[in-house]
Amino acid sequence: MINVLVLILLLSLSLLFFKGTLKKQMANVIAVFQAGLFAYIAYLYLNNGNIQESFDWISALNLSFVFNLDGISFIFSMLITGIGALVFIYARYYMKKYERTTPFYIYLTLFSGAMLGIVFSGNLIQLFVFWELTSVLSFLLITFFHEKERARKAAFQGLFITLMGGLAMLGGIILIGSVVDSYNIHDWTQNADAIKNSELYTAGLILILVGIFTKSAQFPFHFWLPGAMEAPTPVSSFLHSATMVKAGFFLLLRLHPSLGGTPEWFYILSTAGAITMFIGVYFAILRTEIKSVLAYTTINALGVLTLLMGIDTFLSVKAAILFLIIHAFYKATLFMVAGVIDKSTGTKLFANLGGLRKEMPLVFIFTLLATLSMAGLPPMLGFLGKELIYEAKINIPEASNFILIIGVASNILLVAVSVLFTYKIFIKKPAHKVEIKSKPNINGLIGPGILVILSLIFGLFPQLLGGNIINDALSNVFENYTPVKLKLWHGFNTVFFLSLFTVIAGFIVALLIIKFEKITFYWNKFNERILLFRFTDVFVKAIDSFVSISRKKDKIVQHGYHRYYLLSIFLLTSVLLWSQFFETRSWIFNIDNDKNSFYILIVIVITILASILAMFSNKRLATIAILGVSGYGIALIYLYYSAVDLAITQILVETVVVVLFVIVLQKLPRFAKLSNWKIKVRDLAIALIFGTVMGLLALKATEVNFDSSLYDFYSENSYLQGFGKNVVNVILVDFRGLDTFGEVIVLAIAALGVSVLLSKPKKKKV
Amino acid sequence: MEILLAILIGSLYTAGVYMLLRRSILKFIIGIIFISNATNLLVFMSSGLVKGNPPFTAPDGTPLEQTADPLNQALVLTAIVIGLGVVAYTLALKYKFFELTKTDDLDELKQTEEV
Amino acid sequence: MNLNILQYAEKPIRWLLIIISIVALLRGHNYPGGGFIGGLLAGLAIVFQSLAYDVETVRKKMKLSPQSFIGIGLAIAAISLLPSIIGGAELMQAYWVKLQITESYVLKLGTPLIFDIGIFFSVIGIVLMFIFNLSK
Repeated sequence: MINVLVLILLLSLSLLFFKGTLKKQMANVIAVFQAGLFAYIAYLYLNNGNIQESFDWISALNLSFVFNLDGISFIFSMLITGIGALVFIYARYYMKKYERTTPFYIYLTLFSGAMLGIVFSGNLIQLFVFWELTSVLSFLLITFFHEKERARKAAFQGLFITLMGGLAMLGGIILIGSVVDSYNIHDWTQNADAIKNSELYTAGLILILVGIFTKSAQFPFHFWLPGAMEAPTPVSSFLHSATMVKAGFFLLLRLHPSLGGTPEWFYILSTAGAITMFIGVYFAILRTEIKSVLAYTTINALGVLTLLMGIDTFLSVKAAILFLIIHAFYKATLFMVAGVIDKSTGTKLFANLGGLRKEMPLVFIFTLLATLSMAGLPPMLGFLGKELIYEAKINIPEASNFILIIGVASNILLVAVSVLFTYKIFIKKPAHKVEIKSKPNINGLIGPGILVILSLIFGLFPQLLGGNIINDALSNVFENYTPVKLKLWHGFNTVFFLSLFTVIAGFIVALLIIKFEKITFYWNKFNERILLFRFTDVFVKAIDSFVSISRKKDKIVQHGYHRYYLLSIFLLTSVLLWSQFFETRSWIFNIDNDKNSFYILIVIVITILASILAMFSNKRLATIAILGVSGYGIALIYLYYSAVDLAITQILVETVVVVLFVIVLQKLPRFAKLSNWKIKVRDLAIALIFGTVMGLLALKATEVNFDSSLYDFYSENSYLQGFGKNVVNVILVDFRGLDTFGEVIVLAIAALGVSVLLSKPKKKKV
Repeated sequence: MEILLAILIGSLYTAGVYMLLRRSILKFIIGIIFISNATNLLVFMSSGLVKGNPPFTAPDGTPLEQTADPLNQALVLTAIVIGLGVVAYTLALKYKFFELTKTDDLDELKQTEEV
Repeated sequence: MNLNILQYAEKPIRWLLIIISIVALLRGHNYPGGGFIGGLLAGLAIVFQSLAYDVETVRKKMKLSPQSFIGIGLAIAAISLLPSIIGGAELMQAYWVKLQITESYVLKLGTPLIFDIGIFFSVIGIVLMFIFNLSK
């Protein structure tokens, strides 16, 4: 699997060098590549079954790269590469007129790699990395039209929410990882009972679910998804319907064995899922723009997936996986169709559209079939999904009528939305004649065409899907799974009558809306009444107030006065050090009365005096001289205490410093007298507090017994391995030579910096 | 003797901090030198003071007992030379600053607009 | 600052300093000294010269610019890394050549010495660059 990811990375990099015809055909090249990956992964899985690869990553943290291909990741990787290939073909049509397509294709290719990375990951930290990568790439793709302010804002909103969710998820992963002491999904599954019994379970689960909900646009984080529709349509159909937003569902499947099956899991998921499902379709019905409707129905579908995972039976999870495939098929189709209509007529508003069935018969057929699937009518795949969903909802163990009612209600609305969608674009008489600017070419129609035909085939022969593929995935979710069969016709049972009722009611709602346009008007009014706030507004407000609070804080903390920054640093350090001394005050320093030669005493005293004098000297040259004295004094101290090299270096450096000062002083003014005595006293007090504690620290430092193994090593090996008798020099040029090299480079950079700072700019010729 | 050295380190830090808090940039740079000297001494001292026994091996190359710790010395040597670089660079900055603003006052640095 | 006495004494002192610096460099491995000390000494020799005359004159007299000193120094230091890279050993692993000069004296030449020479040149260049630029 790693080879697949590396190939994608290489391809996306090589896109940079595409020129001429190759550049024109870039999308088709990538599509062929994706199709190749599709075939390769299918071949791998169908021949070998489950595959696992792992590589060492950070062995100290017990982390390794784990890639595995099992039933779940197989379905997802098929969707990613398969729909990916179709989307790239479609992008060739859609992106024709735009500039800057190369980065766009690079991001989109990288995205497919990151998405595959998620579904192959067998390690949650690794999965998290890919997860965040998709968020960032989604941001970059939404901002393709970055000159539009709305696109920028929407992209930021999406990025912000998904990244915050990602952070929460990371926290959850680490929490639960600490229970098992591993981030490997396999280890989590093995220790599922330990996880569920631990105190951290609820907190960890909630944090991980926050990540999943943000990514999969679940209530209350759903509002970023409609905004993301500012992206070019290929992005919407690939990221924001078929793959990225499903990553949350993927993780639910993956973590079900280790985290699922508890009351918390059931209540959180089914509540969030049910609400998301209902509000998605509720808002969809009144939208006036094609892509917006699709975005809200996507939210509805994501809600359904979460709800089914929450119900948590064999049947419901099976329904969820089937619905995942169904939804990817019809929603990708509808998005592509929306893009085709937008390109052909130049508008995405229902008000300006209508009667297109004659001009675009093929597109009409595709849409019709896809919306049939969306509405859950036979013989499309969608019918199968809806039947299963109903069945699952009826058979909930904790029989909750609430879920069934809300499910039926939202499905009625969904039928209405589907009907209205087709009606408004293709059947109703347009207010003005719709002008067809350009006919879609073959690239624009292949994608939706294939997907629609596939969902028709799978709808008629459900065993193709259900036979092995879905059962394999289910056996990865449930330990003791017993297969459930898929059939198009279930007979006259409760489920069938519920379906019938749904469809009829849905058509009635649609008809009512078509006949009485006032309904929409009053409905909108009603919504404004009951909806106290819009989530996007709340988000924008929260961000704005955050920024303004930061600004206020900045004015206080970042005042711009250099010395006050330093002052606060020194004060804080002193407080910390003093409190540490207070903690360990029982420490007594034992004064050893060794004999000291008179001369070193003198040297030290002189140096002390020099440093005191330096503070109060007002003459520049005198200060420099004092500086020199203290420097040479320190050199003598080094010399006395057995550091010959240090002493020589200190003397030489001090000399250079004094010379530098003398040179610069010639060109500078006298010391400015800028502070009054009060400030001076205050500063002196702070300096004394700091100086005293540092002196104490120095005393204490001599008491510390260092580990002497380094000392022994250097002394013993200096001559044996370094052939040098001067141990300091051997350390510098041999044992730690690379550090010295680095140091010289730093110095060279400083020298270059000086040179650049002081070089006179050449006068520009006017 | 350690006590006297500790007093020296303390007074070097005091002088350094006091000068860092001045508004005059030149004093500020001198303050940096004091602080770096003080820190070098602190590091040097922390390995213990050894008189008259520098970290060399015997003429035939066998290690000698009770020499001073070579590691601290190597560290401090590096620090001294780096200190030179820091001082030279800040001096150059100061020089340029004075050239542009004709003032020695650090508070003028508050303005970020181009002069 | 044109001081005749300094100018008169400058030349021998400068050469003395340079010779001392080379000695310090070469014996640095066994006795006090080394690349840093040698380089600083040699740099000071030229600083001394510029105190006697003025910086511009000295800068013009110099055949090599400070930048080229730094460049040469870093290049030499980098070359001393090559044997360890080519030899497949750990980076900076020292290689030594032993030459039997007399019966009792073995001259040992090794990559650390080359490295030290690199430091020597770089430090000269760095000191000169500081002085020359700040005195502009």
